[in-house]
Amino acid sequence: MSVKEMRAIYGEWLAAEMKKNENIVVIDADLARANGTLSLRDKFPGRSFDVGVAESNMASVAAGMASYGYIPFIGTFCPFATRRICDQIAISIAYAGMNVKIVGTDPGVSAEMNGGTHLSVEDVGVLRSIPGMVIFEPVDGVQLKSALPQIAAYEGPVYMRLFRKVMQPVFDEASYKFDLFKADVLREGKDISLFASGLMLPEALKATKMLAADGISAEVVNIHTIKPLDTETVLRSVRKTGVAVTCENHNVIGGLGSAVAETLCREYPAPMRMVGIQDRFGVVGTLPYLMEKMSLTAENIYTAAIEAVKLKKQEEPS
Amino acid sequence: MADNVFLEKQARKIRYLTVREIGTLGVGHIGGCLSIAELLSVLYFDKMNIDPANPKKAERDRLVISKAHAGPALYAALSMRGYFDEAELWTLNKPNTCLPSHCDMKRTVGVDMTAGSLGQGISCGVGMALASRLRGYDAYVYAIVGDGESQEGQVWEAAMAASHFGLDNFIVFLDYNRLQIDGFTDDIMSTGDPAARWGAFGFDTQEVDGHDVSAISQAIGRAKRVKGKPSMLILHTVKGKGVSFIEAAGATNHNMILTPEQMETALAEINEAAGCELS
Repeated sequence: MSVKEMRAIYGEWLAAEMKKNENIVVIDADLARANGTLSLRDKFPGRSFDVGVAESNMASVAAGMASYGYIPFIGTFCPFATRRICDQIAISIAYAGMNVKIVGTDPGVSAEMNGGTHLSVEDVGVLRSIPGMVIFEPVDGVQLKSALPQIAAYEGPVYMRLFRKVMQPVFDEASYKFDLFKADVLREGKDISLFASGLMLPEALKATKMLAADGISAEVVNIHTIKPLDTETVLRSVRKTGVAVTCENHNVIGGLGSAVAETLCREYPAPMRMVGIQDRFGVVGTLPYLMEKMSLTAENIYTAAIEAVKLKKQEEPS
Repeated sequence: MADNVFLEKQARKIRYLTVREIGTLGVGHIGGCLSIAELLSVLYFDKMNIDPANPKKAERDRLVISKAHAGPALYAALSMRGYFDEAELWTLNKPNTCLPSHCDMKRTVGVDMTAGSLGQGISCGVGMALASRLRGYDAYVYAIVGDGESQEGQVWEAAMAASHFGLDNFIVFLDYNRLQIDGFTDDIMSTGDPAARWGAFGFDTQEVDGHDVSAISQAIGRAKRVKGKPSMLILHTVKGKGVSFIEAAGATNHNMILTPEQMETALAEINEAAGCELS
């Protein structure tokens, strides 16, 4: 099991991969030290560099390099990797069809002491509406390590929402089989589907125990790739359970909850609840404080699940 | 090296075809197309190391039109170089065209970079010049920036980076026609003394008559001899150059209607200047 910081796993993978694949380049905007990519400068001069505090330029420079066959990995904090450079991602990268990987760190409440200005409640929503974007958020180091080669091999823009520090291991390295475009069913259940991403997966798993005490069998699905959503797995689960709760470290508008709701509305209307940041800006604080403050705990998931299950029962014929 | 008479003739032809393109549609970004006809002639018929038979050749010179609304002028030059049939020009902005107003490398053979949201193209150009150098290519990346476009902050982020990285394979042209959609650039948001500003950002700068093919050609030659820094060629131009009523329209020629009669009047004036019937 990997207990390294996520940024260390990312940086080490880049260092190894850049030796093999000379097309990979890394561009930072004065956050290489924070994001685990600073040591690449000495190892790969010319292929790992900084544009300074100029995120827009970083995105478009990356697009220019991609037009020569390079695969740029660009990085900064989530809000600056998305809302600040939304137009550059939309036009220079996505519209132009450039193979650029955008790595945003400190998603949602993991901005912690940087506070509300850095607490991205909207990054997934901003990018999800841009055609062709792939949006990925790992839950642990094993998944991250499995995902990086697939992200690099995929030809097109990818946004990775990366928690920088240690994430509690969820997957077993020896047995885990990862597919970038397939959701992972971690726990089978029959009464409710919990769809969780990133930091919220351990909370969802905790909530299953609370629900079990009430006799509710919860299925837990990790949606690591929010776009394109693995609608097949989502629908298979909800067709079985009849009700869904989404769990995300993001505004409930525009992110995982919206993606699941769009799918259910279209294919299999079912009651659902969204656990996430309830359309408000963040504040400063520690991670446990912010998870509590922004309603991102197992208790919040449990409460939402109980409400959702009741909705399902109301709909059932008597 | 191509002779000046030939390059002037090609510039007039670019102007002629651009007017026909936009006139056939009835409306378009005519002003900023006509102001760069001489530059495109020098680039595509003299300076750029390109092969229309092998348009994706890796080790080629490349151009980014950051003021990408000048696409129609580029399309005229590309058709003249044989990238595609001239008949394509009359499909500008029509359903299923490969020639949209703003340059799109996925749609148009010969277009080296997509742009359209002002300020981004020059940044992409910096990335291209970095990539070209990293690949070890003996090639240049050219970029054309508008003076109104220079009000975008990203232009200066790009300028800072080009200078910081010492990109002497990066040659930028400023289409200094002093007009933008809402009026005179000096009135809307002055871009000051471009030579002083670009110089302060670490560029080698030259002031050039943007309608003199010989002057443009010499300036590019000089820019190629500059080592260790990028070049900025400030092209003094006239928006709508070559057609008197379009020039007289001033700021409104950025995107203007051309009636069939106006198109004929414009084409006749370009023919008269050429001293022959262009087609």
